Amino acid sequence: MNPITWLRSLAARLFHRDSSAREIDEELRAHIAHRADDLARSGMDRAKAERQARIEFGGLERYKEESGEVLGGNAIRTLLQDARYSIRVLRKSPGFTIAAVLTLALAIGANALVFGVLNALVLRPLKVPHPQSLYTIEHGGYKDTSSSYPDFLDLRHRNRSFDDLTAYILVQVGLDTGRETSQPWCYEVTSNYFDAMQVRPYLGRFFHDADEHGPNSAPYLVLSYAFWHSQFQDDRTVVGRVVLVNKHPFTILGVAPPEFNGTLLFFYPDFWLPMVQQEQVQGMKVLDARGERDMFMVLGHMKPGVTPAQAIADLNSVGAYLEKTYPKTDAYMTFSLARPSLAGDMMGPGVKAFMTGMMLLAGLILLAACANLGSLFAARAADRSREVALRLALGSSRTRILRSVFTEAVLISLIGGALGLEGSVALLRALSAWHPIPQYPMHVPVYADATVYVVAFLLALVSGFLFGAVPVRQILRTNPYEIVKAGSGTIVSGNTARRMTLRDILLVVQIAICGVLVTSSLVAVRGLVRSMHSNFGFDPNSALLAGTNLGMAGYTGDRLPTMERRMIESIEALPGVKSVGLISYVPLSGGGSNEDVFTDETTDLRTANAAANSQEFKISPDYFRAAGTNLLAGRSFTWQDDISSTRVAVVNALFARKFFGSITNAIGKYFKTEDGTRVQVVGVAQDGKYYLLTEDPRPAMFFPFLQYPISNIGLVVRSERDPLQLAAEIRRTVRNLDPSLPLTTQTWTQGLDIALFPSHVATVALGVLGAMGAILSLTGIFGMAAYSVSKRLKELGIRMALGAQRKEVLTAALGRPLRLLALGSAAGLLLGILAARVLAFIVYQATPRDPLVLTGVVLAMALLGLLATWIPAQRALSINPIVLLRED
Amino acid sequence: MPDQAQLLPGTLDLLILKAVSLGPLHGYGILLRIGQITSSALLIEQGALYPALFRLVRQGLLKPSWGVSDNNRRAKFYELTTAGRKRFREETEGWNRVAAAMAAALGATAEEI
Repeated sequence: MNPITWLRSLAARLFHRDSSAREIDEELRAHIAHRADDLARSGMDRAKAERQARIEFGGLERYKEESGEVLGGNAIRTLLQDARYSIRVLRKSPGFTIAAVLTLALAIGANALVFGVLNALVLRPLKVPHPQSLYTIEHGGYKDTSSSYPDFLDLRHRNRSFDDLTAYILVQVGLDTGRETSQPWCYEVTSNYFDAMQVRPYLGRFFHDADEHGPNSAPYLVLSYAFWHSQFQDDRTVVGRVVLVNKHPFTILGVAPPEFNGTLLFFYPDFWLPMVQQEQVQGMKVLDARGERDMFMVLGHMKPGVTPAQAIADLNSVGAYLEKTYPKTDAYMTFSLARPSLAGDMMGPGVKAFMTGMMLLAGLILLAACANLGSLFAARAADRSREVALRLALGSSRTRILRSVFTEAVLISLIGGALGLEGSVALLRALSAWHPIPQYPMHVPVYADATVYVVAFLLALVSGFLFGAVPVRQILRTNPYEIVKAGSGTIVSGNTARRMTLRDILLVVQIAICGVLVTSSLVAVRGLVRSMHSNFGFDPNSALLAGTNLGMAGYTGDRLPTMERRMIESIEALPGVKSVGLISYVPLSGGGSNEDVFTDETTDLRTANAAANSQEFKISPDYFRAAGTNLLAGRSFTWQDDISSTRVAVVNALFARKFFGSITNAIGKYFKTEDGTRVQVVGVAQDGKYYLLTEDPRPAMFFPFLQYPISNIGLVVRSERDPLQLAAEIRRTVRNLDPSLPLTTQTWTQGLDIALFPSHVATVALGVLGAMGAILSLTGIFGMAAYSVSKRLKELGIRMALGAQRKEVLTAALGRPLRLLALGSAAGLLLGILAARVLAFIVYQATPRDPLVLTGVVLAMALLGLLATWIPAQRALSINPIVLLRED
Repeated sequence: MPDQAQLLPGTLDLLILKAVSLGPLHGYGILLRIGQITSSALLIEQGALYPALFRLVRQGLLKPSWGVSDNNRRAKFYELTTAGRKRFREETEGWNRVAAAMAAALGATAEEI
């Protein structure tokens, strides 16, 4: 039912109730009037008769209410009445109300936020027609979504389980619209992409299979709606316009609908262009190379009625055919299916595990908040037991009292939930607009949808009932006669032991939960700090990165190394520059390439016979010096290691040990690359991190860029100068060489943001949750300590009067909360250490077996305890026994 | 009124049905009729009549309608529905059986056992 209809029917029901209430009123008054008539007839004067009639009738209001209840369905009016009463009660204790509402706002807000992200990244399917049947094919051998183009074609034509299969590559290109140049990101797609995704154009048309006739036959592009909006100002005449992509003319065919942003959740393309244009777009041609797993992803809709298991079996039979037919290039051709939105196993499991973990922690926060509020409610119920007793004695039913307690709890939780939801929706909106890594079109599309609202509402409702239920037993046990007889002060004596136990457990649970949160956040922060100072195998400090793609400026073949060398030399000539190195992929900056390598003796170069899979880089002679990478043996390259000399390589220490037994042994030895080239090892460099901070040590090899021309390059400029100034000079220098060269500059530490991004996110998220946990345990302990001191003022006063020392008074007053704190912290610490194992997957070098973390947790909890008990302790110490005892 | 007895639970409904079975009545009229047929032997707080009345309406045993009373006042009149008449018969029989059994039980003497 939509909310408007619901409101209307609610209003109608309330209105109807009003009319029936009026009718009851009229009927009852008519009764009294008739009685008064009779009395008047028997001689009483009118006013007296009416008064007498009213008395005989009894409680008019009460009978009206009872009658209304009999007429049924009065729940809403009772509810409103209860709500009004609760608001009055809550307004009388604003401190309690504000504390409770804020606690819940924090807890529900955190849950709504985490759930919003979880919902957007994991639960919500991609915005394409029939997302349920859309799968990406993962390669069993490499556990990723990549594939070579010929293999893709075979899979596409030989499978019987998919409607159609399509593939794409993510590339950055140089775009010249005639008015301005930019470096947008696009998907290079097979020409059936839009048909396979079943998307209709917003404007113009898409390209289809029929549009391509071999290499470079389809120079078309389709703009994304957002790119059309920002770069072409919604100009509907763009269709048919010709723009330059890497200096080659391309015709704009159409615009994709606004909701379609490609088939990756976090990586929105600016436009799409056909893969047959690969040579123009990427400056290389690998569409006929079966060994080059260049396709980023293969995906398609499964046919209706086919199960994933059947589809996998079908694909595997194609794989078996490929292995048999192309033994040189195709090995381990087994497949599995995954969702395309998070690039399958590349990010899916990590994101899922992390978000599930976060959701669990957020749930714990909510639980802690409920425990906190539960004990607050229990304490409040104890303080109000006189009021409850009076209400019971005056004829109120226990159900009615319980209902008002629950109304109060739910009211608080709904107000808190609304506040928390509002905050988290704002945060989600900010997150969606956030571009975490400026050089990539990364998006975190995590806006809140109806599911988020519903979940937040349900969570608020459930937590309201959860903490509202804590004092139920207490109220059911209330014996009005005992309490009214006993008078104030001694109310709780009989029940103390039992009730305190419940509150004790709640407090311990809450502190344990907070302990888990504090431990995990400290572990994450420590891991992050350590990973910032770990050995990357290069020195990111005082190094500037300049990135460019010569392909975008139209360079190919021999012109590439010539221009690159000129760039290196003119930047080296800048004042204050110590050294300049060129590399194909700057380590830990989000890119990389790897290749199978073989021992020199291997003749059958099929993947299955590979000795290792190694990270592969092309570098200039001075790269190691510029990067701060130590050379352990042999030499680096020289400008003489060019196309006319023997193929040489520098390998890392792990590669050397794995292949040749030891570092010194490696020098002068040979190995083979995928295409059978014999390469001689001339040097050994130290190991490093290449792709991910959390990766295991990987073999790596470096080739001279003069022997393997590349167009996409990163320059590492080592200098002690101010990076901003230097960057400006580098830009000027490159522009002087060729103004059409695109250039990005950043410090290497900034460049590491990509590698550190997951740890950053994890650390911030856990830090926030940890802080929330700390606040909750602070208020929890404070509440308990303050309450226990206030309840025992008289006892403490007597102790003091009998000569107790300050220490003894404090032990008596605060011993219990502090013991509970210690117990809870210990439990939390233990659980936190267990939980932190999960963290190690995301945060590099996160380990709970770290004395600093352990001390940190203990100190943090002790500090919290001290803070929380400070005010109650002061109050206990300032007791004046004389005043206190005189009061009663 | 020392000789008035407390109403047994459940008896008020039956009395109302009985009162209305003799002809449509408004609330006050029902009260008067009950007083009349019980010779004022039973004590009913006047207001307590109404929740009971509404309960019977809700159960579909009575049908209310607004009309004008002898005093020339607007009042709600009640009459038995078909279901109400059926229920009245059953309840009367049930009551009579219980009453007879109770009377027999209480009248028993030692010799009869």
